[in-house]
Amino acid sequence: MSNEAAKSQPRKNGRAFYGHGIPGVNLEELTGKLIVVEGADGSGRSTQIARLVDWLETSGHATTQVGLKRSSLVSKELEQAQNGNILSRTTLSLFYATDFADQIENIILPALKAGFIVLADRYIYTLMARDMVRGMDEKWLKNLYGVALEPDAVFYLSVEPQELVQRNLAKNATLDYWESGMDLGMSRDMFDSFLKYQTAMQSAFKKLQKIYGFQIVDANRPVGSITKELRKKIRVLLAS
Amino acid sequence: MTNCHRILTIAAKISAIKLRLSQMQNGLELPFATGENMKTFEELNFPGRLIAVEGLDGSGKSTQIYLLKRWLEAEGIKVYFSEWNSSELVKSATSKGKKRELLTPTTFSLIHATDFADRYERHLLPLLRAGYIVLCDRYVFTAFARDVTRGCPPDWVRGLYGFAAQPDLTMFFKAELEVSLNRILEGRPKLKFFEAGMDLRLSTDPYESFRIFQGRILEQYMAMSEEFNFVVMDANQQVGKQQVLVRKLVSEKIDLKKFKRRSPLPLPPPAIRLEDKSKEVEEDIGATV
Repeated sequence: MSNEAAKSQPRKNGRAFYGHGIPGVNLEELTGKLIVVEGADGSGRSTQIARLVDWLETSGHATTQVGLKRSSLVSKELEQAQNGNILSRTTLSLFYATDFADQIENIILPALKAGFIVLADRYIYTLMARDMVRGMDEKWLKNLYGVALEPDAVFYLSVEPQELVQRNLAKNATLDYWESGMDLGMSRDMFDSFLKYQTAMQSAFKKLQKIYGFQIVDANRPVGSITKELRKKIRVLLAS
Repeated sequence: MTNCHRILTIAAKISAIKLRLSQMQNGLELPFATGENMKTFEELNFPGRLIAVEGLDGSGKSTQIYLLKRWLEAEGIKVYFSEWNSSELVKSATSKGKKRELLTPTTFSLIHATDFADRYERHLLPLLRAGYIVLCDRYVFTAFARDVTRGCPPDWVRGLYGFAAQPDLTMFFKAELEVSLNRILEGRPKLKFFEAGMDLRLSTDPYESFRIFQGRILEQYMAMSEEFNFVVMDANQQVGKQQVLVRKLVSEKIDLKKFKRRSPLPLPPPAIRLEDKSKEVEEDIGATV
C-alpha cells in the first residue's frame, strides 16, 4: 500500500473516508450500510437501536452493532482510566480514537464487506463534541478522525437538557459523572453541571451538524413515533 | 557526502514537497508538525529544555542518553528521563495488542500517540514548566518514521502529534545499517513481531523482515533530518568518544548552571537497564510463536 493511494481515496459507490482513511481498504467492496444513531444518554439511542435491529432482522437484513468503548483492544483500559479520572484531555481523546479505529477495522469494515447493516450506537461526532467542549483544537480532531468512514445515514436524537435530566434520574436516580461534564468544573452541583454540560454538547453538535450534515430527529416525542420516523428514513436508504 | 547520503537528501526534499502539495490539496492549514511550524520549548518560553535521541534499534542511542543522564544527575541538575512506549496507563493495552497481534498500522499508530500524550501532558509539560531538563529516548520522530513505513499517511501521523513541541536538541544516532542490524541480530535473538515489521509481510523470515523494515525506517529518518534539525551523531564511533561529543553539544546548547537544584539530591543508583531489556524480549517471545 503506497502512501499516495491512501491520501485521496476517491469516492467509490458513494463511499468515502472523512480524511486519510485506513490504509489498504478497498471502498468498492463495502456493500453494506452504516447507520449511526447519536444522542446524549437518555435520548433513547439504545431503545431505538434495539427496535431497529428487530425490524431489520425480521425483514431479512443481517445486522451488527458497534458502540463506543467496546473494542477488544482498549475498552478495559479505557474504563479503568476513566474511573480513576487521571487522563489528560489529549490522552483520553487518543485513547477513544484507538478504541474507535479498532472497531472500524475489526468490526465495521468486515461487516460492511459482508453486506451487513451496521448500527453504530454513537460515532465520531460524540467524541468530537466532547473534545470540542473541552477546548481541543478542531483541526486536530478533524485530522484524527479522518480514519472514520462516512456513514450512509446519521440520526441525531435531540432532547432538551431539561428532559434529559428527568429521564436520567428516572432511570438511575443519579447522574453520570462524565455525562454531567464534572471534569470541567462548570459547577460543583451535579444537577447544574449536567444542564450546562448538555447545553454545551448540543451547541457542539449543532456546529458538527453543519459540517457533517446529519439528520436531527426530535426525540422529545414518544418512543413509537421516533421509531416510525427512523424506519421511514431507513427504508428510503435501503431502497436506494 | 557519500552517494547514499546525497540520494537520501534528494529524497528528503522530494518528500517534503510532496507533503506540502498534499496538504495544499486537502486545503488544510496545518496545526501539523512540520519543521517550520514546530516550535522548540525554548521558543515557547518554557523554563525547561527537552533533549531527544533518535535512531534505529541497536544504534546505541539509549546508552548515550543514559550516560548523559548520569552526568547531569552528578552535576546536580534537575533531570527527568522518559522512554518511548512507557506510560503505565497505556502499557497494558499496548502489550496485549502486541502479544495477540491485534494491532493494525492505524491502531499501532494511535496507541503509541496515546502513550506519548499521556507522558507529555502528565510528566513532560509540568516538568518543563518547573525548569527540568527532560531527556527522551525517542520522540515523535520515531512515530513519523515507523508509522509512515507501516503505510500510514504522513500528514495524518504528523497531525496526531500536532500538540507536541520540538525538542531543543535532537541527536540522531546514525550507525551503518549493517552495524545496527548486527548489534541486534548477533546471537540471533527472538525478534519481536512488530519490531521486526512482520505485520508488513515483507518476508516470512523475521530476520530478513527486520533488515528490510529497519532500512526503510532509516530512509524516513534521513528524509526528515534537515527539516527537524537533527544533529547527526556518528554511532559507529566508540561509546566513550560519542559521549564526550554528546556532553559537549549539550553544554553548548544549554546553559546548564541555570538548571541546578538549589539543594542537591543524592545521586540515584544506576539503572538496571540491560536486565530489563532482556526481560522485555523474553516477554514477547510468546507473540512470535
